[in-house]
Amino acid sequence: MSATMDQGHSFGGVQARAPIATDTTKISIENLDFFYNDRRALKNVGLLLPDRQVTGIIGPSGCGKSTLLRVLNRMYDLYPGQRATGRVMMEGENIISPDVDLNSLRARIGMVFQKPTPFPMTIYENIAFGVKLHEKLSKPRMDERVEWSLNRGALWGEVKDRLHTSAMGLSGGQQQRLCIARTIAVRPEVILLDEPTSALDPISTLKIEELIDELKNDFTIAIVTHNMQQAARCADQVAFFYLGEMVEVAPAAQLFTAPREKRTQDYVTGRFG
Amino acid sequence: MSATVPGPAKDMTAAVALGRRRMRVNTIVKVCCVTATAIGLILLASILFTLLVRGVGGLSLTVFTTSTLPPGSNGGLLNAIVGTLIQTVLGAAIGTPIGLMVGTYLAEYARDSALGNTVRFVSDILLSAPSILIGLFVYQLVVSPFGGFSGIAGCLALALIVIPIVVRTTEDMLTLIPSTLREAVIGLGAPKWKMIVLVCYRVARQGILTGILLAVARISGETAPLLFTSLGNLNWSLNLSKPMASLPVTIYQYAGSAFQDWVQLAWTGALLITAAVLAVNIAVRALLRGGK
Repeated sequence: MSATMDQGHSFGGVQARAPIATDTTKISIENLDFFYNDRRALKNVGLLLPDRQVTGIIGPSGCGKSTLLRVLNRMYDLYPGQRATGRVMMEGENIISPDVDLNSLRARIGMVFQKPTPFPMTIYENIAFGVKLHEKLSKPRMDERVEWSLNRGALWGEVKDRLHTSAMGLSGGQQQRLCIARTIAVRPEVILLDEPTSALDPISTLKIEELIDELKNDFTIAIVTHNMQQAARCADQVAFFYLGEMVEVAPAAQLFTAPREKRTQDYVTGRFG
Repeated sequence: MSATVPGPAKDMTAAVALGRRRMRVNTIVKVCCVTATAIGLILLASILFTLLVRGVGGLSLTVFTTSTLPPGSNGGLLNAIVGTLIQTVLGAAIGTPIGLMVGTYLAEYARDSALGNTVRFVSDILLSAPSILIGLFVYQLVVSPFGGFSGIAGCLALALIVIPIVVRTTEDMLTLIPSTLREAVIGLGAPKWKMIVLVCYRVARQGILTGILLAVARISGETAPLLFTSLGNLNWSLNLSKPMASLPVTIYQYAGSAFQDWVQLAWTGALLITAAVLAVNIAVRALLRGGK
């Protein structure tokens, strides 16, 4: 079955494998393969992330969605036995090449995880932590930056009177917005969101989705989600992954209403996955 | 009744018999557990009670103001108390940073490497090594070549006991930190050492501190490693290059003596050590609770 599909790529396999980047492309992923030791988790993936747009990434568990995000900020470098081949171009630079400065790459491509990960320090220190890694700011400038980030993270109003209390005391939804604010504070160009709302209640989820809508004015966003409604609500374009392959990418409305691929249609109509 | 439940019919008599059997086994296990607990507690209480009864009698200001003197001259334990304080503090001060760094290496840099596994194995052996061996080791390495027993040799022996304890607790505490938290720090563009020092240590702080304090409690009562190193000293001495007194060694020497007042001082010294260890343990618990 997969053999015919591999050969098929009737939906313009060329475009999927090596998409043609345009001026509005922020990141261009070309012929990307990823390996956990010998297991090939991404197979010849091609995908363009348009500048200041939200790209939703959907697919059943184990299809390689999160792996793709972990390639984009080189998180996989932490683990021996994981490697990527191919090209991931951002502004003329292949970010998976071994001589990239990982710390500054991660300052340009921030990431927010599934479970909120506040650091065991105050709310203020949580935000300042990332900033201090890359910039030297005076106290008043840092205060400004913290306020700006928390504002952008839609959290300022709720925490402005307790900036110097522990971040561990915040609710789950607030912690997640703190993590987004912390990522924004470093002023990245790209924000990767790995199922950012799967551990949150519906109201917190709504707040985060509104926040994503707000943030795409300034940042290029890639969001992995299990929730297809969320992808439909948040994303400008949606990519469907299956068994490590990028099956189809299309504007959100089109992918959910008129997918070109049978596998996409089966997934979005809930027939598998 | 059974007609409404799908599947094969249920044998109620068997179920009831099984239920009764469960209750019986439950009672037996409970009685065993309570008995074992009671035996442990009674032994502990009897040790503490004896210690208290025999030790309190000898408590007086002289114990803290006078050094050990010949029998019958109303001596105290000042040199032994100070000697134990010095050797414990120095031993912990030498052993803790080494243990902390080895534990960090094992948890953060060598989790699955062959070298890491070897270091972990050796450290665990050291953890359970008889402390007299550590005394002999330091004797061969320091006392014998440098011409005699010394306080510093005692400190080194105690440091060798501290290291594996701190290694184990540090590694355990750091390993408990979820990888998502590490990735969050790294994801901001932090170098690994900043992740460890600024975030991981902060998360693991209480556990690591507990390990250090437990190590302090352990070495403050160690006798065997000091017998071959700092030896003991009946006179007042703060010179680390000379033999140095300590409470455990003094207890060891006095308890076996034929003089009534020396035996009394041994009981009092034992009470002091126990009280100090108890205080350290309470401090640990207070710290743990304070952080929650």
